[in-house]
Amino acid sequence: MFTFFQSDKFLFFCLKYQKLIFYFFVSLLVLGLWEGLIVSPQDYVQGNSARIMYVHVPSAWISLGIFSVIGILSIFSFIFKIKNFLIICKSLAPSGLVFNLIALVTGSIWGKPTWGTWWAWDARITSMLILFLFYFIYLVSFSLFKKSKNLNKISSIIAILGLINIPIIKFSVEWWSTLHQPSSVKILSETSIHNSMLLPLLIMTASFALFSLLIFLMKYNTELIKLRNKRLDRL
Amino acid sequence: MYGKKVKLRFIFIFALILITILTSYLVLNNLKSNVVYFLSPTEINNLREITNEKLRVGGMVKKNSIKIDSNNINFVITDFSNEIIVSFSGSVPNLFKEEKGVVAEGYLRDKNFFIANKILAKHDENYMPPEVKEALEGK
Repeated sequence: MFTFFQSDKFLFFCLKYQKLIFYFFVSLLVLGLWEGLIVSPQDYVQGNSARIMYVHVPSAWISLGIFSVIGILSIFSFIFKIKNFLIICKSLAPSGLVFNLIALVTGSIWGKPTWGTWWAWDARITSMLILFLFYFIYLVSFSLFKKSKNLNKISSIIAILGLINIPIIKFSVEWWSTLHQPSSVKILSETSIHNSMLLPLLIMTASFALFSLLIFLMKYNTELIKLRNKRLDRL
Repeated sequence: MYGKKVKLRFIFIFALILITILTSYLVLNNLKSNVVYFLSPTEINNLREITNEKLRVGGMVKKNSIKIDSNNINFVITDFSNEIIVSFSGSVPNLFKEEKGVVAEGYLRDKNFFIANKILAKHDENYMPPEVKEALEGK
């Protein structure tokens, strides 16, 4: 009955090492905050307010990354009806939603002293808000269609539709003139952020990624227990 | 290899993704003037008519162009091919400086004169400590 759980040995491996991941997360967070708030220098124009970036950018990256994973897994889950993928997606979504909200809020806090406004309806910010709405609708669909046979179909389609938004967010700052500045960290060309500021950014990203992994494992575990209690092999 | 239903679902998802990409492309392309947050001085210059609608102009603050009198700030926004004079009364954000990005919100008087009621500073993607900036300028 639970044959579809046995295939993911990796997840059980992670569940086993949850504590270890937690210690890793805390030490990376402390290191990242120390690097970001104390060691790293001020920015030459923004001064200390640039430090919001060490929370804002990793949160945005993680929320984009999580939604991409949800979207891609949803495609497989829709076509091949892999229930395990649906549970993985459901467990991933909450931390993505929270990081999306953190990115929006910290961006707003940064925007006031830098741009002179809390909010602007430019392409980057609006598309990020749309991602937040997709996260929200995606999560709500699980409680709305809890008893429906079509839960997998409905939630997967929401995630797949939301997937189109990801490249729009990524390239919004290049395609249109926006208030939001273009990316500083680039894969193909030279990054326009000094190494002393890039280091805490990357450490914080790693620690946020571990945090979402941790939350994901807890959620996933809970979902498995729920299924076992129901003695059902469908959601 | 796979059942008929799996193939059907595959085709459905493929079509769904295709249609969504197409629709979002068409919608965003048609709404381009709304998606764009601000117009450059060149785009202002190319406008066919001047309306009374609120709009935003963005670009660089031209060097040595900021003039402050009793209750007005006048400056020039440039995109290095066209320029527009902006008049504004009120407080400007801290990052508002010459040779830095700026977005002005307000009304167009004519193609060369813009009355702003809000000024936003546009930050660029460069992050570096002050010492590095000094070293770069020293070169």
